[in-house]
Amino acid sequence: MHDILRLEGVVKSYDKKVAVDNVTFSVPKGSIFGLLGPNGAGKTSLIRIITTITRADSGKVFLDGAPLGHEHPSQIGYMPEERGLYKKMKVGDHLLYLARLKGLSKKDATEQITRWMDKFEISDWWGKKVEELSKGMQQKIQFIATVVHRPQLLILDEPFSGLDPINTNLIKEEIKELRRNGASIIFSTHRMEQVEEICEDIVLINQGRNVLEGDVHQIRTDFKENLFRIAYQGNLPDLPDSIQVVDQEEGRFVARMEKSGASDQLLLFLLQKGVHITEFQEILPSLNQIFIRQVGLTNAPITQSIAEA
Amino acid sequence: MNKFWLIVKREYSTRVKKRSFILTTLLTPLAFALLFVVVGVIFSYESDDVNKIAVLDEAGVLAEGNIANEKNLIFTKETRSLDELRENFDNTVYDGILLIPEIKNLYANSYTVYYYSEKNPSLDIETQIKNKVSNRIREYKIASLNLEKKQLEALDSKVELDPEPIDKDAQDSSKIAGVMGAFLGFSMGIIMYMAVFIYGMMVLRSVMEEKTSRIVEVMISSVRPFQLMLGKIVGVGAVGLTQVAIWAVLIPLIATVVNLIFGFDSSSMDMGNAAATQVDPEEMEFLISQGFAELKHQNWWAILPLFIFYFLGGYLLYSSLFAAVGSAMSDDMGESQSLTIPITIPVIIAFYIMFVTVEAPNSSLAVWSSIFPLFSPIVMPARLAFQPATWQVALSMLLLIGTSLFFVWISARIYRIGILMYGKKVSFKELGKWLFYKE
Repeated sequence: MHDILRLEGVVKSYDKKVAVDNVTFSVPKGSIFGLLGPNGAGKTSLIRIITTITRADSGKVFLDGAPLGHEHPSQIGYMPEERGLYKKMKVGDHLLYLARLKGLSKKDATEQITRWMDKFEISDWWGKKVEELSKGMQQKIQFIATVVHRPQLLILDEPFSGLDPINTNLIKEEIKELRRNGASIIFSTHRMEQVEEICEDIVLINQGRNVLEGDVHQIRTDFKENLFRIAYQGNLPDLPDSIQVVDQEEGRFVARMEKSGASDQLLLFLLQKGVHITEFQEILPSLNQIFIRQVGLTNAPITQSIAEA
Repeated sequence: MNKFWLIVKREYSTRVKKRSFILTTLLTPLAFALLFVVVGVIFSYESDDVNKIAVLDEAGVLAEGNIANEKNLIFTKETRSLDELRENFDNTVYDGILLIPEIKNLYANSYTVYYYSEKNPSLDIETQIKNKVSNRIREYKIASLNLEKKQLEALDSKVELDPEPIDKDAQDSSKIAGVMGAFLGFSMGIIMYMAVFIYGMMVLRSVMEEKTSRIVEVMISSVRPFQLMLGKIVGVGAVGLTQVAIWAVLIPLIATVVNLIFGFDSSSMDMGNAAATQVDPEEMEFLISQGFAELKHQNWWAILPLFIFYFLGGYLLYSSLFAAVGSAMSDDMGESQSLTIPITIPVIIAFYIMFVTVEAPNSSLAVWSSIFPLFSPIVMPARLAFQPATWQVALSMLLLIGTSLFFVWISARIYRIGILMYGKKVSFKELGKWLFYKE
C-alpha cells in the first residue's frame, strides 16, 4: 500500500522564526492519520503547506506519488480550525460556490450538495442565510463543503469542536464511511481520546519537528512501563522483590515489572499461592501521557532524540 | 467556468442583489433632487419682515422722486428733524431712520449715510439701502454736474471674449466654452474622487470581513490568493460601474422632472450674487442653450472612453492598495485605520489640484499632475474637456496602466501574507518585509 501523502525534509520559516524544521513523515493511503502537537508547534504551517496555501522553503511534498502542485487543491478537502462562511449568502448558493471553486460542474455540484443535505436531513436549509444558522449547524455546512468534491485527502482541524455529542457521532460516522470509500483523512486535534479512538497512525510535532511517528498501538506499546492491573479475591501473599506495587486498594493492585516478560511469572506466582484472580490487564500509557511526556522532553533545554523509539 | 470568473460573479451578484445597494442606487438621485428642491425653496424665500424707514435728506438727492420701495422696504421722506424723530421714535411708525448728510464734494467717490435703529440692520437691508442710495447719488451727480446721461451710459462697456480656433476648419467654440469645460471637468473629477473612496473602501471592508470571518482560509485552499484579490477588485469595480451608470441616467432625469414640476428659474439659485438677478431672462435662456450646444460640441467619443479608462485605472490602482491594507488589518478596525491614511492623502491632494485644474487646465501643475499616476485618475478627467495635448494623455495613460499593474502586484504580495496573519498589529515596516516573503 503506498502513501497518499509524503513529506520529505520540509522546512518553512517566517522572517527569522522557523515554523517547520525538517519534517518528514508519510500518511498511508486509506488511513485515518493523527497530526498532533501542542499550540504553536507548527501544525497549522504544515497543514497550509499540504493544502497548497503556502509553499515549503525547502523539502518535498508528494500527493499520491506526484509532487504537490496547483492542480491538487481539487483533490484535497480542508476544514480549518478557525472556520467561517459568508454570513449573508444562502446555504445552497454558498455550498455551490465552494464546490465549483473546487472544479465541480454546476450540475455535479448541485447533485452532490443535494445528496449530502438529504443525508444530514437539512434539505430545507437550502434557501436559508448562513447567519440564521447556529454554530453547530454551520459546522455541518462546513463539513459538506469540505467533502462535496470527493477529495482523496481530507484534512480536518479540530472537526468536533463546538459540536454536541449527537452531531459529533454523526460526523465521526461520516468520516469512517468516507474512509471506507477510499479517502484518506488527516485529523488534527488536541483531544487525545479521540485520536486513540479513530486514528491508526499519528505524527507528533513539537517546535517544528516531528518527535514521534507511527502506529498508535505500537507507540503505546513502545512507551509501556510494564504496569499491570490485578484484581483478586482472597489474601494477597508477599510479592517477590522484583515486583513493585504502585497502587493498592482492597481487592486490587497495580504492579510494575522490571521487564515485560515478568508478568507471566507474577501470574504464575499468584496462581501457585492460590490467589483467585478476577482481572489481569496490562496498562498501556494513554496517548495523552505520551504526548505530555514527549512535549515536555522536547521543550527541555537539551533535546533528546527519542523520536525513533 | 474559470475560478476567477466565479469569484467575480459572486462578488458582483451578492452586492447588486443586496437591498442596501438597490436602495442607495435609487435613493441617492432622489436625495439629490430633494436637496435641489430644498435649496430652491430656501433661495426663493423672500423676507416677510417689512421695514418702514424714514429718510432725512440733508443732501437733497431726493429733490425729485423718492427711493423706490421694495416689498420689504418702505421709504418715507421725513421733514422732522433727526432729534425730534429720535426722541419720539417709539411713537412713530418707523423701524429705522436713514440720514443722508449734505454732499460737500461732488467729486468724492465715497460717502457715508447713517442709519438709526434699535437693532442693527440685517445684511439684506444694508445691501439694499447702500445700492439704492448709491443709485440716487449717481442721478444727483449727473444732474448737478450737468452731464449727459446718454453719454455716461455709453461709458460702461461690457467686453466678452469669444475663443476662435487657429485652424479655419476646426469647430468654433462658443463664448462659454471655458465655463462649460470647467463644469464638465469638475463633475468628472468629483465622480472620480468619490468612486475611488466609495469603491476602494468597499474592497477594503470586504477583504477585512473575509479575514475576520476566517472564510479566507477555506477560499485559498481552493484558489490562489491573487485570484481571490483580483476577483474581488474586478467584481466590486463592476458594481461601481453599474451604480455610476445608473446614476448617470437617473440624476439628470430626476433633475429635469423636478425642474418641470417646481419650475425654479436657475437665477434664483444664485441670490447671493446681486448681479445674477439682473441678468434678463432672455439672455439667461440664450446662455443655457449655448451651454447645451457647447456640451454637444465636446468630443464625447474621446471624453467618455477616456473617462471610463481613468475610472477603471484609478479604481484598480487605489482599490488594490485598499485590498492590501485590508488584508493587514487586525479585527480592531479603529486601531488599524491609520494604515489607510497614506492611501487617502494622495487622493485628497489630487482632489484639491483638480479645483485649480479646472481654472487653469494648462498650467504646469495641472499638466504634470494629470500625468503623475497617483493624481491622474482625478486630475486628467478634469482636463479632458479642454483638449489636452495627445502626448500628455498618452503618457498619462501609459503611466497609469504601468503603475496600476505594479500596485496590483505589490498589493498581491502583501495580501497573500496579510490574510493569514492574525492578532498582530502591523506596521509599514512589516508590510515592506512581507513583499519579500517567499510564498
